[in-house]
Amino acid sequence: MLRIPCPYCGERDEAEFRYGGEVPGSIPQTDVGDQAWADYLFARDNPKGLVHERWCHSHGCGQWFNVVRDTVTHRIHAVYGAGEAPPVVDCSNESQADGGR
Amino acid sequence: MSPSQPLRKAQGGRIDRTRTVAFRFDGRRYLGHPGDTLASALLANGVKVMGRSMKLHRPRGVLSAGVEEPNALFSVDWGSGKIPSIRATVMPALDGLVAQSQNCFPSVNFDLGRALDFTHRLWPAGFYYKMFKWPSWRAFEWAVRRTAGIGRLPDGTDRTRYRHLNSHCDVLVVGSGPSGLAAALEAGRRGEDVLVVEQDVAFGGSLLHDPMAIDGAASDDWLEAALAELDGMDNVRLMANATAAGCYDHNLVTIHDRSAAYRSDGPVETFHKVRARRIVLATGATEQPMLFGNNDLPGIMLAGAVHAYVGRYAVNCGQRVAGVVNNDAGWHSLLAVHDAGTAVRAIVDTRGDVERELLDAAEERGIAVHPGATPLTARGSSGVRGLRFAAANETTKQVDCDLIAMSGGLNPTTQLYSQAGGKLRYDERRHCFVPDKDPADLDVVGAASGSFGWENGSSVRPCTVAPVRTGRQWVDFQHDVTAADIELAVRENYVSVEHMKRYTTAGMAVDQGKTSNLGVLSLLAQLTGRSPGEVGTTTARPQFMPVTMGAIAGNRRGDFYRPAKRLAAHDWHAGEGAVFDDYGAWKRPAFYGDDRDASIAREVLAVRQSVGFFDGSPLGKIEVKGPDAARFLDRIYVNNVLTLKPGRVRYGLMLNENGVVIDDGVFVRQDEDHFLVNTTSGNAERIAAWLEEWHQCEFFDMRLVLSNVTSQWAVATLAGPDARAVLQSLPGLIDLSTASFPHLRFAAGHLADGMPYRLQRVSFSGEQSYELSVPSNRAASIFERLQAAAGPGKLVPIGVEALMVLRTEKGFVHVGVDTDGTTNPLDIGFGAVVDRKQRDFIGARSLARPNDRRTDRRQLVGFELLDRNASVPAGAHFVTGSNGGRRSEGFVTSACDSPTLGRTIGIGLIEGGFGRKGEEVLVYDSGRNLPARIVDPCFYDPSGERMRA
Ligand SMILES: [Zn+2]
Repeated sequence: MLRIPCPYCGERDEAEFRYGGEVPGSIPQTDVGDQAWADYLFARDNPKGLVHERWCHSHGCGQWFNVVRDTVTHRIHAVYGAGEAPPVVDCSNESQADGGR
Repeated sequence: MSPSQPLRKAQGGRIDRTRTVAFRFDGRRYLGHPGDTLASALLANGVKVMGRSMKLHRPRGVLSAGVEEPNALFSVDWGSGKIPSIRATVMPALDGLVAQSQNCFPSVNFDLGRALDFTHRLWPAGFYYKMFKWPSWRAFEWAVRRTAGIGRLPDGTDRTRYRHLNSHCDVLVVGSGPSGLAAALEAGRRGEDVLVVEQDVAFGGSLLHDPMAIDGAASDDWLEAALAELDGMDNVRLMANATAAGCYDHNLVTIHDRSAAYRSDGPVETFHKVRARRIVLATGATEQPMLFGNNDLPGIMLAGAVHAYVGRYAVNCGQRVAGVVNNDAGWHSLLAVHDAGTAVRAIVDTRGDVERELLDAAEERGIAVHPGATPLTARGSSGVRGLRFAAANETTKQVDCDLIAMSGGLNPTTQLYSQAGGKLRYDERRHCFVPDKDPADLDVVGAASGSFGWENGSSVRPCTVAPVRTGRQWVDFQHDVTAADIELAVRENYVSVEHMKRYTTAGMAVDQGKTSNLGVLSLLAQLTGRSPGEVGTTTARPQFMPVTMGAIAGNRRGDFYRPAKRLAAHDWHAGEGAVFDDYGAWKRPAFYGDDRDASIAREVLAVRQSVGFFDGSPLGKIEVKGPDAARFLDRIYVNNVLTLKPGRVRYGLMLNENGVVIDDGVFVRQDEDHFLVNTTSGNAERIAAWLEEWHQCEFFDMRLVLSNVTSQWAVATLAGPDARAVLQSLPGLIDLSTASFPHLRFAAGHLADGMPYRLQRVSFSGEQSYELSVPSNRAASIFERLQAAAGPGKLVPIGVEALMVLRTEKGFVHVGVDTDGTTNPLDIGFGAVVDRKQRDFIGARSLARPNDRRTDRRQLVGFELLDRNASVPAGAHFVTGSNGGRRSEGFVTSACDSPTLGRTIGIGLIEGGFGRKGEEVLVYDSGRNLPARIVDPCFYDPSGERMRA
């Protein structure tokens, strides 16, 4: 059970949130090939290390946002708004720093 | 000495001798004192056999004095109902309590299941996997289920009250032994917010039976002062009788709190979720058993437990004790036991290099010492009579005794540590797994960290299998796993610890292997020529101790498990004779009247012939408003949204990105930039959240707001040829004539009395139909007015079941019933709509995949049974083939005995269905093959004249 810093409400318990999975790539155009479309739909990095993922403060402000989390330590390095560019995270002192976008 | 407690010492112990408690065990009455556990009170009364092993029903006595107990598990009733598998070693002896041994019939001392033990050669490791394969597991299941398992579930309603509490603290200290209390004092004095959790009824840990000098003071005085100081600090909470059961991410610890479990006015259990900035684990260590023949006889106990019983409870567990040890902690316990009056005859140590100091201390006391010896076997059948061992010079010797106190070394209690992500390291010298790399914000102190207080002594010699096979050598007492089982499993190549554990079931009983995991690892390592560190450990999952399901559920049971949603006009429906059923979270009228089938038929015919009334309030209603509302919904729906004119209504399908139909319903353009989206009743919240997600995460540049107004509006649906006449009688409503308000129109306004309304002309029944929405709190009053306007008995209320028949007759799909997680819009006949839409929408690209375009996919069809009197349920399969077996081509999704058509009809999904109209197929149901004909799914008024009339 994580403690998640909602950018609008502050740090809250995971029970207040809904998970939205890894941030997918942008939606491909309709003329994209079958394989590329399947990759967009189903393939996720599932990294050991930094992951960019969506969370919604569903039992709070109702807002979606993005979280940079280390899947090994569960440390949350940063949060940023939906549609924003991910911040650069310095985790050089952590052994599991890998897999970021 | 109380005559009823022959083994109770005259003095000492932390029991209240001024009072007695009386309890029953297996029908007999026993006395004890407040401060006793069930185990200590029974031991004081000379009771040796306290349980039967699970698989072989061997008699077992108490092994330990704590939570690790594998044998003495009772079914206990102290006024709140029978609770199974309670450890006698931690359960307080309460006045009036009734306890029963488990796993035996008729009694613990004479158990017919013991016959199983004499057939033990038939029960090797992996027994289940080997024996129950032919003809199939199901042939054996009933018999195995009757004899398997430990304990029985309680009968009747649980009278315990359960609650959940969330809290925070700066420092959570788990364990209240000397190390835990020292950590708590330190943090408390710094002014930090401290919580100390102790699973025992009393604070003090090992100090309760094993006094020592702390900071130059006697530990009893130190303990009293420490507790008084902590008690006086406002920033410190002390919690006894509460087990830290699980450790989760970001320092969340769950605590099962039984401090109010023994209240006379009804038990209360609390499940705490504590978020701690820092966790201090002072969880101690668990003593491990030794390996020798018949090491499970009643009267063989852990040395530390024998020490605890005599020190804390003033109980002599035996008169003549033999010690079997491989480490210095065992000597410490045995010497203390001897000094407390339980005479130790001999100490057998598997190590040759025992410290001179220890040997001298024993010899001073007249205890025979046998360093470098090998324990062979315990003598006796239902109790210990002696111990045979091979001395260092390899002669076989024997010592008469009635109690064997064994110590196979200490293993730090690291379950919570591992759950928190801590890494363990095998310590060769101490032969145990010790914390190596602490996770952030967590510290381990005391014995849990591997500091046992005899670090300067000799090292621990791991247990080995005794060379002489005179009796089985038990590794896991609770699951009846022997050293031979481990050897067999290794011969069969189960050399990974995870495989070994599952194959032999060692460590998988309710004690989670607290006294067996290390033994299994150690043997596995020896047998495969590895070190225990190379074999590795398994991580014990939460819960550390069994937690009652009730505590985990809290108050989310009964009516609170899934609170029902009641219609605003619930009572009105009840007055009309509604029979309610659960539809999603809603309680809705299924039908009205006593006879289900007759009621449904009556309600269907009322709609077809005159007018029916349906409460459609749960219908999902989501407002979408803003300059980009139309553009947004055009991405959401398969259908064209941009061309819809204000005041008009259109039916639409929503897909997920994989092209699967997830919802359907109409959408209304109330105004140029204002839409109302209707969803199916069970889906309102899900779709509202889904639209929010799309808007916030992907289409965030579109200007619009979403608002779920489902519960704001009650919906009265009037359907049937007389619907318009009844509705038009409401004063203030617009002109409803088809010329001015045709099918698929929307209007909003106020009735003559000022009540706001929304009206849409849509039909799920196939008849002329109106959905009138009014504010929810006016539901019952508008229903009554419509009823009055129609005249007595004219407006027939209909339930969900009749509506389902009506829409099946009409061939309208019910998403989630007639579609599943693979159905795309092409499969249900919306190919033309898909192909007409030139712009992108959610799921569009998926529909272009070859697999989504296959013509042999399961497609929606109607069917009618050739036998007009037969009927068939949803879920029956369309089958082909006869001799070579059947193959399913699809299945019935909805079926009904149609009152309108007088026969059984239905719809379903069948391979290549669109091209098979008129074909005869077989419908298989419960052994019957019913011939049916595939037809168009619309059985009623295919041209839609009645709907548009
Ligand atoms: Zn928030």
